[in-house]
Amino acid sequence: MTQFIQQLINGLSIGSVYALIALGYTMVYGIIKLINFAHGDIFMFGAYVGMVAITTFKLNFFAALIVAMAVTALFGVIIERVAYKPLRKSSKTAALITAIGVSFLIQNGTQLIMGANIYAFPQIIANQYFDVYGVRINLLQLVIFFTSIILMFILQFIVKKTKLGRAMRSVAVDKDASVLMGVNVDNTITITFAIGSALAAAAGIMVGLYYIKIYPFMGFAPGLKAFVAAVFGGIGIIPGAMIGGFAIGLIETLVAGYGSTLYKDAVVYGILILILIVKPSGLLGKNVKEKV
Amino acid sequence: MKNLLNKKNLVSLVLLVIIFFVFDYLIKARILTPYYRTVLYWMGIYIILSLGLNIIIGITGQLSLGHAGFMSIGAYSAAVVLASNPTITGLFIGMGVGIVLTMIVSFIVAMPTLRLKGDYLAIATLGVGEIIRIVILNMTITNGASGISNIKMLMSWPLLFGFVVLTIFLTNNFKQSAIGRACIAIKEDEIAAEAMGINTTKYKVMAFMFGAVLASVAGSLFATTYYVVKPETFGVNTSINILIIVVFGGMGSLSGSIISTIFIGFVNMALQPYAEMRLISYALVLIIVMIFRPQGLMGAKEVALNVLPDFKSFFRKKEKSS
Repeated sequence: MTQFIQQLINGLSIGSVYALIALGYTMVYGIIKLINFAHGDIFMFGAYVGMVAITTFKLNFFAALIVAMAVTALFGVIIERVAYKPLRKSSKTAALITAIGVSFLIQNGTQLIMGANIYAFPQIIANQYFDVYGVRINLLQLVIFFTSIILMFILQFIVKKTKLGRAMRSVAVDKDASVLMGVNVDNTITITFAIGSALAAAAGIMVGLYYIKIYPFMGFAPGLKAFVAAVFGGIGIIPGAMIGGFAIGLIETLVAGYGSTLYKDAVVYGILILILIVKPSGLLGKNVKEKV
Repeated sequence: MKNLLNKKNLVSLVLLVIIFFVFDYLIKARILTPYYRTVLYWMGIYIILSLGLNIIIGITGQLSLGHAGFMSIGAYSAAVVLASNPTITGLFIGMGVGIVLTMIVSFIVAMPTLRLKGDYLAIATLGVGEIIRIVILNMTITNGASGISNIKMLMSWPLLFGFVVLTIFLTNNFKQSAIGRACIAIKEDEIAAEAMGINTTKYKVMAFMFGAVLASVAGSLFATTYYVVKPETFGVNTSINILIIVVFGGMGSLSGSIISTIFIGFVNMALQPYAEMRLISYALVLIIVMIFRPQGLMGAKEVALNVLPDFKSFFRKKEKSS
């Protein structure tokens, strides 16, 4: 039983990271119906910015988090303006292939600038354990979990209570009607990218702290898993991404704990295919009939 | 059938024979050094891969990112069979095993996933490619992460030439046939195609399986050309490399894929010392092509049909008479 609770705690802390990345996917998909393939690489970029902020500029955890989020948000805005904006009117396939190109570009660009070697992320959270009835809880896990939860609350506040959030929701429902209501659609989409990228950067720092290693291709697997999480919860739906993130984190740790570590990724991708077949709209999604 | 030996087909036949003997001579006379021969083999294998992917993406309009996964099935089948039977027969047996396995796997994959639309399909096939890779990584017969090495090298110019010509012939006939036209209709508008009485699922599955089998064949050739197969060779990056070739040449244009493979083969060779710059420039090319010419450089046009009317049948050697 203690082992099970231990697995649950591990699953929740990694799940909160997946949830943060999944939020970026789901927000972008919700607003422009594009699977931002490069999102996993934006997450990797955030981890690198965080590392530079901590090692070169000697910042503490929270300062580094804020700096990385800001820089990565700007990075996301540049990507959106340069690569995706010209494609607003083209086919979905063209946009998706562009996203793949952007992903490839960020990976190889990072490799060119930072080198292909693996960096050790500076461990700035003290390695402390709390013993709660035989369950070991790492301080780092608590930091990851609560930072993610706080970020999600901030996001929920922005989306539900502010004028910006209302604009985002209206663009997601109907772009043309939003224009008529005086919403600046282009700016709203750009800000959505900025918020999604900032959340990915936060996730990048946490993965850096949790798994220590960072390298140019680290974004692929977490990115894909976060996408699975977004689809699991219902892509385009913000609470869905959070639920999906935690679910995928838990499933992954339980498979690794009780089954085989080697197959944990395969199980997650298998779940993706299963969901897409059984209920493509996801857990919280509604079925939308296709109009001819 | 009576026009099988018409002028155009004869011209193409003569051209093929000339190409074959020119390269045969160049290789025998050692003008083409082993290095250039490797480039030549790379081009041949990637022509087969890109034509296969073009059938799925360009003709049928289904974005698949799992091409390298099917390639790995063919490569490992050939490698395993060649380990016990290192002859050309062994290669063909391995290839056959790979084709059968690929047909089974791609059918199982295609039936449910091809119901998905556009980007969902891309992600699902990406997941399938990764699952294939992880399964291969954890099986004993495939020797896990270290892969299979010391595969018998059986690649030769006649073998490569035979398979490339066969692939061009098959894909072109596929495109011209009723099946191919049904696939193009699906690409243009799936709902309209369905309304015209096309069984969209059936044709999508057929196109997907055909492309996957071609990838498997290319994989078998790959294994015997490069001595070594490893799981990481067949990751997402390989799928994306093939995608770049197809997009660059033009989605739906078979001759475009061939030209772009040859072009990228030369670029690869020229940029060999700058590997990182090469990948970055590919990514940039992909983005720029998508922004300014989303249909690819050649669109759906075939070079042989429009620019060089006399060479028309170069790309369709023995098209059935009208």
